[in-house]
Amino acid sequence: MTVIVLPRSLVVLFPGAERRVTADGSTVAELIDALDRRWPGVRDRLCARGPALREFINVYVDGQPADLGTAVAPGSTVHVLPAVAGG
Amino acid sequence: MAQRLLVLIGTRKGAFILAGDPERRGRPDEWQLSAPLCEGWPINHFRQDSTTGALLAGGGSPWYGPAVWRSDDLGASWTHSSQGLTYGDDGPAMRSVWHVEPVGDTLYAGVEPAGLFRSVDGGANWQHVEGLTNHPSRPTWQPGNGGLICHTILAHPTDQARMWVAISSVGCFATEDGGATWEARNRGVRADFLPGPEPETGQCVHKMVAAAGLPDRIYQQNHCGTYRSDDAGRTWICLDKGLPSTFGFPIVAHPSDPDTVFTIPLNGADRGRYVPDARLAVWRTTDRGDHWTALRQGLPTGDAYVGILRESMARDDLQPFGLYFGTSTGQLFASADEGGNWQRIADLLPPITSVETALVDA
Repeated sequence: MTVIVLPRSLVVLFPGAERRVTADGSTVAELIDALDRRWPGVRDRLCARGPALREFINVYVDGQPADLGTAVAPGSTVHVLPAVAGG
Repeated sequence: MAQRLLVLIGTRKGAFILAGDPERRGRPDEWQLSAPLCEGWPINHFRQDSTTGALLAGGGSPWYGPAVWRSDDLGASWTHSSQGLTYGDDGPAMRSVWHVEPVGDTLYAGVEPAGLFRSVDGGANWQHVEGLTNHPSRPTWQPGNGGLICHTILAHPTDQARMWVAISSVGCFATEDGGATWEARNRGVRADFLPGPEPETGQCVHKMVAAAGLPDRIYQQNHCGTYRSDDAGRTWICLDKGLPSTFGFPIVAHPSDPDTVFTIPLNGADRGRYVPDARLAVWRTTDRGDHWTALRQGLPTGDAYVGILRESMARDDLQPFGLYFGTSTGQLFASADEGGNWQRIADLLPPITSVETALVDA
């Protein structure tokens, strides 16, 4: 079981979603698939063609930069963070 | 039953609803502004589907990508989807939705990079209208300042096989077979920013609007002039004489008179893109573009360094009809008498990208 910390700006798009959730998966992509099953549409918000993470979406596994293929161990913590941007 | 008039406002930082009493719409203090909607996403187009009553908003988040938002309870709750809004893994990345157009039971979306998508389930799932993207000119398409965007979708009023779209800075295209094939229709439209003779495509159309009651008459506000076509876009006639510039974005048609349209010229592409002489005015023709009259009663008479973007002017369907426009600096102006007198009915909004109206039960 992996803890996933989601940004406020993503959580508000999916009624019932929470900032801190748990899911099973061996890679970041599998975790996002698990979130998408729970809240359909999450994958589209985080991933673009490729598939790959969207340009301004950053994911960290246990504090290290990650991509969709990054392995996730049981007990890991995954942070999903929007990049600094805007005005 | 009592009704409420809604002015639907898309901005760079969310959508807003300005609600008022239709009988008192000329009074600035009669309007109530909603909180920001669509979670502060940049919204390029915000409108009602008059058939279903749903509110639809097209836009794109720099973080979370493009989406069409939908509310079936006048903005109290929303869904959003970009399912199918893709050119595939080998195509260009989808950035944003620029226009949403209900046509019968089908929704169409114009997107960036330029293309057309349709949904037959109210916006939950989208399918690419590949015929437009497959036009032979596609490799030559170049973006305008706002991007390579499909921003206008005009449906023929009675023949669902016929449709026009406009793309900046590519031009007007028409289909007569339900979107399978498309023809570029830009003859007579200048492209002053390109060398050589007038091209088949590459014109920077900013907005098109259909004339009331004449399906083959279309008006166009362009980067390089204002135009009218009387033959479904096959040829265009320049209407610049009498206007203060050749540059502007929005154009709005009269609800019943095909000879009357409204536009808001700006001072020029390379001059700051403000209203000419910093004096706000809506320009009206009542003789299909032969002559133009400035409507400025109640509008700022100077020091108005504002722009008005392509979707940012609309009318209502009341009698007499009202006109509305929003500025790129967040002011919203309204006329309850077809442009004769104007009032500022909202201010201090984010840059306004879209204005539409809807009449709903109170």
